[in-house]
Amino acid sequence: MSRQALDVSALPTIAYGPRATIWWGVLGLIAIEGTVLAIVAVAYLYLRQNFVAWPPEGTPLPALGAATADLAVLLASVVPMAAIDWLSRRERRRLVAIGLGIMVLLGLASLGLRALQFAGALGCRWDSHAYGSVVWTLLGMHAAHVLTSTFENALLMAVLLIGPVERKDFVDAHVNAFYWYFIVAIWVPTYALVYLAPRWL
Amino acid sequence: MSVPTTGEAAREALDRAALSRAWATPAGWLGWLTSANHKSVALRYIVTAFGFFALGGVLAALMRLQLAHPESRLIGPDLYNQIFTMHGSTMMFLFAVPVMEAMGIYLVPLMIGTRNVAFPRMNNFGYWIYLAGGLMLWTSFVLNIGPDTGWFAYVPLSGPAFSPGKRVDIWAQLITFTEIAALVAAVEIVVTTLKMRCPGMSLNRMPLFVWAMLITAFMVIFAMPAIMAASTMLAMDRLVDTHFFNPAEGGDALLWQHLFWFFGHPEVYIIFIPATGFVSMIVSTFARRRIFGYPAMVLALIATGFLGFSLWVHHMFATGLPMLGESFFTAASMMIAIPSGLQVFCWLATLRGGRVVVRAPLLFALGFIALFVLGGLTGVMLAAVPFDLQAHDTYFVVAHFHYVLIGGALFPLLGAILFWLPKMCGRMPNERLGRWSFWVLFVGFNVTFFPMHLLGLGGMPRRVYTYATDAGFATGNAVASVGAVVLTAGVLLFAANIAWTLRRGAPAGDNPWGGETLEWATSSPPPIYNFVYLPTVDGQAPLWSPHERPVVTGLRTDVREILITDPIDATPDHRQRLDGASIWPLLTAMAGTAGIVTALFTPWGVTIGALLLLVTLTGWFWPRAAAGHEHAEEAP
Repeated sequence: MSRQALDVSALPTIAYGPRATIWWGVLGLIAIEGTVLAIVAVAYLYLRQNFVAWPPEGTPLPALGAATADLAVLLASVVPMAAIDWLSRRERRRLVAIGLGIMVLLGLASLGLRALQFAGALGCRWDSHAYGSVVWTLLGMHAAHVLTSTFENALLMAVLLIGPVERKDFVDAHVNAFYWYFIVAIWVPTYALVYLAPRWL
Repeated sequence: MSVPTTGEAAREALDRAALSRAWATPAGWLGWLTSANHKSVALRYIVTAFGFFALGGVLAALMRLQLAHPESRLIGPDLYNQIFTMHGSTMMFLFAVPVMEAMGIYLVPLMIGTRNVAFPRMNNFGYWIYLAGGLMLWTSFVLNIGPDTGWFAYVPLSGPAFSPGKRVDIWAQLITFTEIAALVAAVEIVVTTLKMRCPGMSLNRMPLFVWAMLITAFMVIFAMPAIMAASTMLAMDRLVDTHFFNPAEGGDALLWQHLFWFFGHPEVYIIFIPATGFVSMIVSTFARRRIFGYPAMVLALIATGFLGFSLWVHHMFATGLPMLGESFFTAASMMIAIPSGLQVFCWLATLRGGRVVVRAPLLFALGFIALFVLGGLTGVMLAAVPFDLQAHDTYFVVAHFHYVLIGGALFPLLGAILFWLPKMCGRMPNERLGRWSFWVLFVGFNVTFFPMHLLGLGGMPRRVYTYATDAGFATGNAVASVGAVVLTAGVLLFAANIAWTLRRGAPAGDNPWGGETLEWATSSPPPIYNFVYLPTVDGQAPLWSPHERPVVTGLRTDVREILITDPIDATPDHRQRLDGASIWPLLTAMAGTAGIVTALFTPWGVTIGALLLLVTLTGWFWPRAAAGHEHAEEAP
């Protein structure tokens, strides 16, 4: 050999976590969506200054029942998702698919509970006043995350069941879990802001 | 230098052939629609952005024509409002940000020594959604429903009460399109830069242009969400009767200004920081030495990135905010002059210590330094609250930001186009035309915009469609309009040079300017896979290094395989396969467009868009044998 070479043929072709580019892509998505949520949360606090009472007079405090159940469902969903994460790294096709099926059901449960919150628990409409606009937006944004992620779970499950299964599908299932943790994590401050803060502010 | 042996040359030819097959895009128009190659997507982006630049420029010329003499009746107030709104929105959202990101998408993979960007199909999707947004805006303008409330669309003017009709809705949805495109490109650049640098290119060896793009991309990620949230709130106020900006129901007009400028000020740096990256590369190449003060330059870029987020309130000094807050933002606004000044001194020191070869791209870089210093100085003046209150909403501000945006971003961009044109098309630009276009642009620019400082100090307000004969603005405006004619001639000369280069330019060779970075190590134009063997580096200026560096072997050539490295040290980590050409990104962009355009008229647009996206995304991600990915073992 006249020219020196750095041989990389022995390196693996699949990697998980921060080693994988798709993990960084999802991190970018999380940074963007986290910033959007933070900005709407700031808008919530900014608009608070324009009101004597919060929620405004005539609007009840948001009821806690459905939202707290929603919180419980989402927190509990971390367990099967962590199992999916663990099984993905071991490329266990059928078990990952079953786990994703459970996740679809939990996602639908969360969306059902969210519908109850819109229908009654908030006690106002988006066009009632600025308070209504911002709480509907906060809950709606988060619901959109749960909805898209549930669709993703269903799609991944279908891919794993029908095939052909590629090794990278397991990396996708793993970063899908990473994204789901983010969705659960942002529900905690969203819940606190929409449901608990009016009781303190 | 060692000469490759015959066996090696034969193997290299085989590898070239295999790589060409593995990375090929379909032939003809289908390839054009589906290509996932960063260079084709970026060139499309650049050409489209310059198309919008030309359109925005025509609008500017129309405004100068209207203002050339007092009490002109050429353009009425309603059309004039549309014209300045379209000019600002087009230049900011459809030209400046996209063209800078597109230059990054073209150059970053070449400069860091890899084969493509991290998410090639997303890249293509971003382009289509950008194009759709631009077409929607300009179609509406042609149909006389173009937005007319300024590129910042302040409420309450842009709210449902004062702007009925669809004009503002179109502006709000333009934001949706262009922000999606900008964010896609930003994530693309961050991940590509952090994970795909060639072995040895640790962060402290990264070319300054790559640093500039990395910091710009981070700024996009944290600034654009503010305008996305704000424009969505505005669209909802207008379409479904929310009250975010309606004071009667507890909403707040100043909330809009905060959200808009929390994006709007970083936006200036999103346009300016890539430009500093161009200047650093051009200056060090033509000074024939490495940039002076590399660590200081990197720190200055990072400092600018952070400080850029703490200035937004200086756009709102006239809104009656608390004095204490205003003082903070005055201090922060003045402080940003420090890293900018530091960069200027580093460029000057590089030139002072180098053996300078003057070529047209360097002239543009030098012109940038002069004009940017002038624009920066008026920026420091405007940062002072008492002065700002006097100059607010006058032509002084118009003069200031055109010095910063044209002087600080367009001049370096044009220099960069001339500098990298040989790489992009394989031919050399005409040096004499290049110099002529520079001087005509430089003179035309100053004649157009310098008088605006004086007009502003004399009290001429912005965004007026005409002025009275006895207002004392006639001479300044006449001079500015003459300048605009010269400026237009400069743009045409520059365009003529590009056309000449594409037809008649002399063959460029790999490294016509004697550049230091890796894009000059491959042929001009580069092959679709960029490098036959990925390079390795051991310093900041690999092409000026006396040692021959080992190349990477062992990557597969029969499939689209790339090398993933560590984000800090760029040590090899694993091999990964990339997706190739696909029609689904275009179909997904069309589905999104259908949803967004329908949402102009009914909230059901969101539902329609979501359902269409469900179909196209399923198509996009559904595995198929042709994708060439590694199949899983048949395990339970």
